[in-house]
Amino acid sequence: MDFLRPASWEEALAAKAEHPTAVPIAGGTDVMVEINFDHRRPEYLLDLNRVGDLGEWEVGEESVRLGASVPYSRIMEHLRAELPGLALASHTVASPQIRNRGGVGGNLGTASPAGDAHPALLAAGAEVEAESAARGTRLIPIDEFYTGVKRNALQPDELIRAVHVRKADGPQQYSKVGTRNAMVIAVCAFGLALHPETRTVRTGIGSAAPTPVRARTAEDFLNAALEEGGFWDSGKIITPSVAKQFADLCSASCNPIDDVRGTASYRRHAVGVMARRTLTWTWESYRGTRRATEGAA
Amino acid sequence: MPATGAPTKITQGSPAKGGIGESTLRPDGTLKVTGEFAYSSDMWHEDMLWGQILRSTVAHAEIVSIDTSEALATAGVYAILTYDDLPTEVKNYGLEIQDTPVLAHGKVRHHGEPVAIVAADHPETARRAAAKIKVDYRELPVITDEASATAPDAILVHEGRDDHHSGHVPHPNIVHRQPIVRGDVAAARERADVIVTGEYTFGMQDQAFLGPESGLAVPEEDGGVHLYVATQWLHSDLRQIAPVLGLPEDKVRMTLSGVGGAFGGREDLSMQIHACLLALRTGKPVKIVYNRFESFFGHVHRHPAKLYYEHGATRDGKLTHLKCRIVLDGGAYASASPAVVGNASSLSVGPYVVDDVDIEAVALYTNNPPCGAMRGFGAVQACFAYEAQMDKLAKKLGMDPVKFRQLNAMEQGTLMPTGQPVDSPAPVAELLRRVTAMPLPPERQWESSEGADVRQLPGGLSNTTHGEGVVRGVGYAVGIKNVGFSEGFDDYSTAKVRVEVAGGEAVATVHTAMAEVGQGGVTVHAQIARTELGVAQVTIHPADTQVGSAGSTSASRQTYVTGGAVKNACELVREKVLEIGRRKFGSYHPAWATAELLLEGGKVVTDGGEVLGDLADVLEGESVEIEAEWRHRPTEAFDLRTGQGNGHVQYSFAAHRAVVEVDTELGLVKVIELACAQDVGKALNPLSVVGQIQGGTTQGLGVAVMEEIIVDPKTAKVRNPSFTDYLIPTILDTPTIPVDVLELADDHAPYGLRGIGEAPTLSSTPAVLAAIRDATGLELNRTPVRPEHLTGTA
Repeated sequence: MDFLRPASWEEALAAKAEHPTAVPIAGGTDVMVEINFDHRRPEYLLDLNRVGDLGEWEVGEESVRLGASVPYSRIMEHLRAELPGLALASHTVASPQIRNRGGVGGNLGTASPAGDAHPALLAAGAEVEAESAARGTRLIPIDEFYTGVKRNALQPDELIRAVHVRKADGPQQYSKVGTRNAMVIAVCAFGLALHPETRTVRTGIGSAAPTPVRARTAEDFLNAALEEGGFWDSGKIITPSVAKQFADLCSASCNPIDDVRGTASYRRHAVGVMARRTLTWTWESYRGTRRATEGAA
Repeated sequence: MPATGAPTKITQGSPAKGGIGESTLRPDGTLKVTGEFAYSSDMWHEDMLWGQILRSTVAHAEIVSIDTSEALATAGVYAILTYDDLPTEVKNYGLEIQDTPVLAHGKVRHHGEPVAIVAADHPETARRAAAKIKVDYRELPVITDEASATAPDAILVHEGRDDHHSGHVPHPNIVHRQPIVRGDVAAARERADVIVTGEYTFGMQDQAFLGPESGLAVPEEDGGVHLYVATQWLHSDLRQIAPVLGLPEDKVRMTLSGVGGAFGGREDLSMQIHACLLALRTGKPVKIVYNRFESFFGHVHRHPAKLYYEHGATRDGKLTHLKCRIVLDGGAYASASPAVVGNASSLSVGPYVVDDVDIEAVALYTNNPPCGAMRGFGAVQACFAYEAQMDKLAKKLGMDPVKFRQLNAMEQGTLMPTGQPVDSPAPVAELLRRVTAMPLPPERQWESSEGADVRQLPGGLSNTTHGEGVVRGVGYAVGIKNVGFSEGFDDYSTAKVRVEVAGGEAVATVHTAMAEVGQGGVTVHAQIARTELGVAQVTIHPADTQVGSAGSTSASRQTYVTGGAVKNACELVREKVLEIGRRKFGSYHPAWATAELLLEGGKVVTDGGEVLGDLADVLEGESVEIEAEWRHRPTEAFDLRTGQGNGHVQYSFAAHRAVVEVDTELGLVKVIELACAQDVGKALNPLSVVGQIQGGTTQGLGVAVMEEIIVDPKTAKVRNPSFTDYLIPTILDTPTIPVDVLELADDHAPYGLRGIGEAPTLSSTPAVLAAIRDATGLELNRTPVRPEHLTGTA
């Protein structure tokens, strides 16, 4: 196994172009497990730790440009206001040691359906900044990024440089079920974001289908129900029947399997429960903000 | 050049008196916490090779051929050995039945069975070479449960059995069967006003020790070998290793190296023989370290079990009878299965008075992973079932579950189902009273001014509830565990104790072969020596086979038996010291001849407290060293038909109250508190006692809510051999564990002590299950309980 150590982003892109099978490694929290268990033995490892700006982030007008290697602990600490869903998801990642090393770029590169960041990215809305030496930079919408079990839309010569996550314009929540109260891989996970500016709700489901997915039917139903009922304006409590139907539709958009971590039937059920609860939490929060705004006015 | 990372002597001074009853600190504690402690996997030797084991990828198959040619041609490979290379006629090993091949011969019987071993100059080279060995398997149907094991046409896991159990078992795929029959169950059933039955399932738990199997074998100039290894019983290993190597036992030297936990999983051999074979073949030191994946295949697990129970009780709450059948899955090799059967059957009633019983326990041979010793050893599975039964009975009778247990609790003098009287304190009702009397933790502890603290809720950091769906439940359980090796086993320990003068001060050295696996024997031995010999400074010699056997670090026995041996050797040394004193100084003071003399604070004192002289003066120019064996009371075998016999040495009791909060919609559990009360006879080191109780309690919690090795019933292959998918409790899963220690002396035991390590592992699991049942109203007849069992989505 050759260990490539580019000193700059340009060198990294050149190395990836020259060795398309090279596996990028940053925090190593995923790749090293695979290597230690002998699940994969890449011909080349491409060490990105010398590429400094991968660990940086910029808060823009519309979105946060989050470097691929920004560790989860930084997201929790510094981006809670801008990216609340992702910050909550970061909380659930493994242990403090792993959160100090691992970042969203690795989650995206591996594209495991169980990656903790995915549901939050899907719910918030995001674009993956991919780059190659030959074709330069492109932004891949998150909805088009996950293409199969542990497969993504990257070309062999591309590297993930950053992910652009839309700044929260409303409350966001994230829940994950595991059979342990910390340090656990998701049995299934759910992210939900309210977007009051566009009067839409977005979702993300993890570990309950071959790829991370959005519950689009559920979103469409809820968006219509909220619009028709004038909920965004009135800020009234969402009717239990609406919440239940939303939850049922979220369950229905799962396509899970039975495995050692849980049954398919449980996953469907749990996604429904998390959908209802996260909707309740975010909507309560939205109503609270509205009341506070009215009070100030 | 010696191996590095080999254990060295540990000298412990003590600021206080440092005798028994004090919470002296562990000499290895700080080293372990700071990462400085040398575990067996840290050992190193110049010029050493690395060993690697090739294991079977299927559970049950004939081996058609093994081709090592390509692997042998790999640069850096020094040796590859298969069954055909074994040097003597002894090619099997085993704790009780020698049915386990050192390397597979003709057949593999479980997933992960060793087939070939490789020595190479780098671990990665060894691993790659092993991967190049071509094994052609012809797969056989797998035997995975009682039905497939005892079917009339079942393939025999072991053909041609001639072990000492083979004559009395009903089927060759049953390792051992122990019935226990006492009284008249049919008549007793007539007296019962209520009858409760249950069928319970106990999942396969792993010891999950953190230090994987590892050791270093160094060839010696005399043709022998020196093995540094993490194990639980050096001399048991030695007895199994030497014949396979074709060496007399004195040419196989063994030294205990740093052990990273055991819990029963190191009673059987793992890499010991393999490392020695490779070292002797290559003439070079060979180190073997399993990785975590391999470790799951490298040691036996706790027997999964099916338990069928029927209890009766009168309207006023007295138990009438018990009829039960316990089926333990022993997997492919016998390991400790026969003894586990003995425990499961003889302890199947629990700490209750039931005069009429009809009990049967069996262990199966199957193609599942081999199962053997683990903390609680057969008593754990039984406790899970009988405690569920107690709750069912109490409910049916409309009685309080604690009062119902207390009404039927055994006490000193009660007869076990084996007919053996319990002849030391058995404070079962009192332990239950104590856990019940502890204050309950406040409700809704997750609520704070800043909203819900998810760490206090089911799901924890995963943020699954802010209180929705959360219901509290409380459950109780109590258990009984035997201490020491049972059924007529000659369960002795040896200790060598030396006193001499160093730097003008009398000091002691204690040398035993006791495996320190974390239980704290190295602390306790120093405390005993200080108490008995009145010295301050005690050196603990590394454990090795240069001294007699200390028996196994298991069955909660080491403080009792090796502690007893150290006490005994100290007493013999003291007599000798006093003889020297009388000889040297007897003429100076009449008390030398007339008074009862003690050694205290470095002085010889009379029992009236008068100082006769300095111990250092007595020992000036002399030293005293005595090695002696020590035995507890003998036990008897259980009758093969009736199960009657004084089979056990001592019993140990603990009770738990579990408080859980369950997210009933998501099926997630947070154990809020696990209060424990345990009788320890005498707490030699109170801090260690509490640590043991908290550790045992947590291990019991693990198998209540998460720990299970999952074996595919179609292929008998292990599906989760990793800490990613075999989950053990984190600190966030570990509740507050208030401990109430009761000290009622057992007059038969040294200092009145009671073995303590296992009892808390028994009652913790059923207490948690009872609490979850209380919260959910579900029946829950299996452990561990998983979210799908609590949400109807299994």
